Amino acid sequence: MSIVFEKPHALTDAPFHYCPGCTHGIIHRLVAEAIDELGIEGKTVGVAPVGCAVMAYDYFACDMVEAAHGRAPAIATGLKRAMPENIIFTYQGDGDLASIGMAETVHSATRNENITVIFVNNAIYGMTGGQMAPTSLPGQVTQTSPYGRDVTQCGFPIRVCEMLSTLDGPEYIARVAVNNVKNVRAAKAAIKKAFENQIAGKGFSLVEVISSCPTNWGMTPDKALEWVQDKMIPYYPLGVYKDRSAKEETK
Amino acid sequence: MSDKVLMKGNEAIAEAAIQAGCRHYFGYPITPQTEIAAYMAKRMPKIGGTFLQAESEVAAINMVYGTSSAGFRVMTSSSSPGISLKSEGISYIAGADLPAFIVNVQRGGPGLGGIQPSQSDYFQATRGGGHGDYHVIALAPASVQEMADLTFKGFDLADEYRMPAMILADGTMGQMMEPVTLGNYVPKQFDKSWAVTGTKMQRKHNIVNSLYLNPEELERINFERFERYKVIEEKEAMAEEYLMEDAEICIAAFGIAARVSKNAIVAARAQGIKVGMIRPITLWPFPKKIFAAAADKCRAFLSVELSMGQMIEDVELATKCRRPVTLCNRAGGMIPSPEQVLAAIQSVAGGLKK
Repeated sequence: MSIVFEKPHALTDAPFHYCPGCTHGIIHRLVAEAIDELGIEGKTVGVAPVGCAVMAYDYFACDMVEAAHGRAPAIATGLKRAMPENIIFTYQGDGDLASIGMAETVHSATRNENITVIFVNNAIYGMTGGQMAPTSLPGQVTQTSPYGRDVTQCGFPIRVCEMLSTLDGPEYIARVAVNNVKNVRAAKAAIKKAFENQIAGKGFSLVEVISSCPTNWGMTPDKALEWVQDKMIPYYPLGVYKDRSAKEETK
Repeated sequence: MSDKVLMKGNEAIAEAAIQAGCRHYFGYPITPQTEIAAYMAKRMPKIGGTFLQAESEVAAINMVYGTSSAGFRVMTSSSSPGISLKSEGISYIAGADLPAFIVNVQRGGPGLGGIQPSQSDYFQATRGGGHGDYHVIALAPASVQEMADLTFKGFDLADEYRMPAMILADGTMGQMMEPVTLGNYVPKQFDKSWAVTGTKMQRKHNIVNSLYLNPEELERINFERFERYKVIEEKEAMAEEYLMEDAEICIAAFGIAARVSKNAIVAARAQGIKVGMIRPITLWPFPKKIFAAAADKCRAFLSVELSMGQMIEDVELATKCRRPVTLCNRAGGMIPSPEQVLAAIQSVAGGLKK
């Protein structure tokens, strides 16, 4: 009997703690598949965030570091500068990357640190119970925006890919989603490319993954995926925002 | 290179760090420690090392965390307001049991304060500084030579005990030029099998972490860490004793305050006042035993500080308040003069006669 499907080697046997219907599991799997396919597990070091993925260090089989909230790109910088031959990735949520860690995000991008950043945007603080995130949509009801995100008081959501792609520094900036099979396959390709770029020494590669949070959005998992399609993707259009090497090749 | 050379204190730290095998420096500009960054910016590219000016002190200390996680010697330097920003990272470094070397060339505070010398970060350095139960090894140089020597010592202690070590200097120590001998450091070997260098598919993954959601486990780790701290308190406390053999009055002072006090002690002795000094070289661990022994024979203590009186609490604790402890201080970037210290000694001596 031949095995046609199995857990990636780069994931440990620890059971995920994620809520039912959460897409972190899919994204973990895509990252681990990319690590497996590129044969880099033995030299990869991952940096986990503070947020829902805080215990990612238990799930990835490669060496792992747990960061302070928002500081993963700085820690990744310290790791990569000391070990340029290793593969370093961060795995961060929207509060971690786009709020408290915005300075670290922007500056590691503008330095073109040769690291891979997986940015999971689910428009909410999940781990702390559903507060407004820097990426919460206008009017979105959360625990700390109970009347809906009022943009006159809280400002507008931050489109990270659009913002970072204005910088000269970064190599590759792309936004993907994991709400259907087609998008999952595209997400996988983007994540793999973000690691390939690092292997080739090309520099900072960030993949934003539009994700769902059924628990804190107060929706069933399938309704949450519909909300991703109908509400989030229109505000956060999918696509490649920057790909310096591809641009140079076409010149 | 073991000849004497004339160096600024800040440069002596930087050169000693390089000789100690530190090849990674992360920092953010702040007065009065910029010579360290400038020195590293010049030297590191020439010796295959990293000099990186981070976007903030917060980022710099987390870069230190990253490089230390990989098992490499690494440092950052800053001054008081910057150390406050680094305190988050220092707490995480302590919580993850990582070695790190941190320099605080103190300036007056609180807030933005000033840029003149101060010792008002004593509490911050000796009580941990950030959140949670932890310590950093706090080293207090009183000469340019000690800026270098305690840098070597700091890297070794940090590696040996897997914790942050901090030089607590001040603006005068950083800026003053003195002859210094370097080049005698002998590197030691430390076990770094915990480092995240990649599994090479030959071992289970290493994890550098300070999160323990199970309170029983977190308690156990705190107790274990404090067992290690006990060993450090037992073995590593250092102080210089100056004219203490017959002293009736004992000055407690570190760094520049100790140098000023030496002048005052010489002047007081010329007037027949039996005064000596204990100069803590390690502020944490505080040289408690030396002070406790001094309390057996001295009749009074005088704490000379560039702060509103912080170390004085440790003097009182170490002597269990068996003798009166008086404060002689300046603050906000001012330095006590030898005359002010002499007057304080005379006042304490006068009190003893009554």
